[in-house]
Amino acid sequence: MSVPAYTPDEIMTVTAARQLVNGAVCFVGIGLPSAACNLARMMHAPDLVLIYESGTVGTRPKVLPLSIGDGELAETATCVVPLPEIFAHYLQRGRVDVGFLGAAQIDRYGNLNSTVIGDYAHPTVRLPGAGGAPEIATYAREVLVIMKQTPRSFAPRLDFRTSCGYLEGSGARAASGSPGAGPRAVITDFGVLRPHPGTEELELAALYPGISVDAARAATGWPLKLAARIEMLPAPAPAELAALRELEARTRAAHARPIRISLRN
Amino acid sequence: MQLLPLTEAIATHVHDGDSVALEGFTHLIPFAAGHEIVRLGRRNLHLIRMTPDLLYDQLIGMGCAARLTFSWGGNPGVGSLHRLRDAVERQWPRPLALSEFTHAELALAYQAGASGMSCGLMPRYGDTDLGRLPGTTLRTLRCPFTDRLLTAVPAINPDVTILHAQQIDAEGNVLIRGIVGAAKEAALAARRVLVTVEERVERLSADMNAVVLPSWLISAASIVPGGAYPSYAQGYYPRDNRFYLAWDEIARDRQAFTAWMERHVLGVPDHAALLRALGVAA
Repeated sequence: MSVPAYTPDEIMTVTAARQLVNGAVCFVGIGLPSAACNLARMMHAPDLVLIYESGTVGTRPKVLPLSIGDGELAETATCVVPLPEIFAHYLQRGRVDVGFLGAAQIDRYGNLNSTVIGDYAHPTVRLPGAGGAPEIATYAREVLVIMKQTPRSFAPRLDFRTSCGYLEGSGARAASGSPGAGPRAVITDFGVLRPHPGTEELELAALYPGISVDAARAATGWPLKLAARIEMLPAPAPAELAALRELEARTRAAHARPIRISLRN
Repeated sequence: MQLLPLTEAIATHVHDGDSVALEGFTHLIPFAAGHEIVRLGRRNLHLIRMTPDLLYDQLIGMGCAARLTFSWGGNPGVGSLHRLRDAVERQWPRPLALSEFTHAELALAYQAGASGMSCGLMPRYGDTDLGRLPGTTLRTLRCPFTDRLLTAVPAINPDVTILHAQQIDAEGNVLIRGIVGAAKEAALAARRVLVTVEERVERLSADMNAVVLPSWLISAASIVPGGAYPSYAQGYYPRDNRFYLAWDEIARDRQAFTAWMERHVLGVPDHAALLRALGVAA
């Protein structure tokens, strides 16, 4: 088998970017989601509206931010609003079409853990915690999850439920009154999982070139079911790869620039 | 408002056992003020911050804190806060009690505190383990108008809120611009407000609707250029993303962390000396 001409991160980013429809309002997280949203904006979705939880609305960064609140995001935004406003007036009020989430663990119903591995009082690994994830998971009209697939991260049981996916499935989320539809797709380094229309259990729905069903199953901590039809996803196009690599090169150069502060006074 | 040297401002207004919110969402994090708290050896603090960031990693690792109220405790875009993790996972250098919320809840708690409310309300959906945390202070109630379920988040009123800002004018009014986070709400919720600023000007270059804290809301202010470094001050200097990346390695190891803090914080008289030692200031 030939070695692909792209990395797992690259095909995940390109696949995530392709899910985004021009004009959609996206609540963006840092890392792969941020790369995917800005790639989409540079390729097929120039009017994508990017909101970062630091309060920057309609931002068009030229380089990717390292943090959720880099100055680049404020300088290129339509407006910058206070945090209580971004969560209440934009997210909670239902003005976000697509929310991106990652986590340390996901279960078969798309529920997410970003709080602890192990027991809460005596954790093996203390993770960063909730941040904006629970509200993004609740209020975004739909959620895209991006995370690498391993038997430990795609867990039969979460150590802690930080954010709701489909709860116990089969309509439990809708019955809870949650305004958003929940995780529409889980984009991994093997392919894409989507919820079954009835049970809402995540199923393998698409694979990247050269990846087998068995490999995807072996990387899942529960017996992974297959969708009625499994789509074979195309490799990243040369134009997509070129745009992504240029964006990342610009970002590396910007982040490596030394800071100089003048001590007036 | 009193204009004071930073050491005096902290010594006067931050006491052992206080609840202290050093706010600023990624932007304008008051590092210089936090380092002064370390130099003065304050203990048993209840630290409050939406995103603890490197500054609270440093305060926690130096043993200043007994409790942390927060909503996201990582090194943004990099990974873990290793000192926070060591305190929670292995109680080093001392145990740290946690009160954790979501961003929306904590922003609401500051807003309630700033408004003189006992709590803030938000819709309640779904079922997470966050509502079942030991000692959770969240409560559920029904909306008297619609019967919908609501979450009540208790107000936060810190003893002291500390902010970094761009400018102070001749009258002592303070301007914050750029990403403002929940800085204004945290300040208005507090019993005392300390501010460090980049520079003193005759008049603020502020729009009518800019975030300005009037001088009579501020207990004390100190002029500390570069006071947010390695965070940033919009219009003055950018975030030092290289430092945030390098911190991952420094903070991973107890000895390396302690040595760094002894050399760069305890071993220097003030923030200007730290900036010169790091080769950041001219």
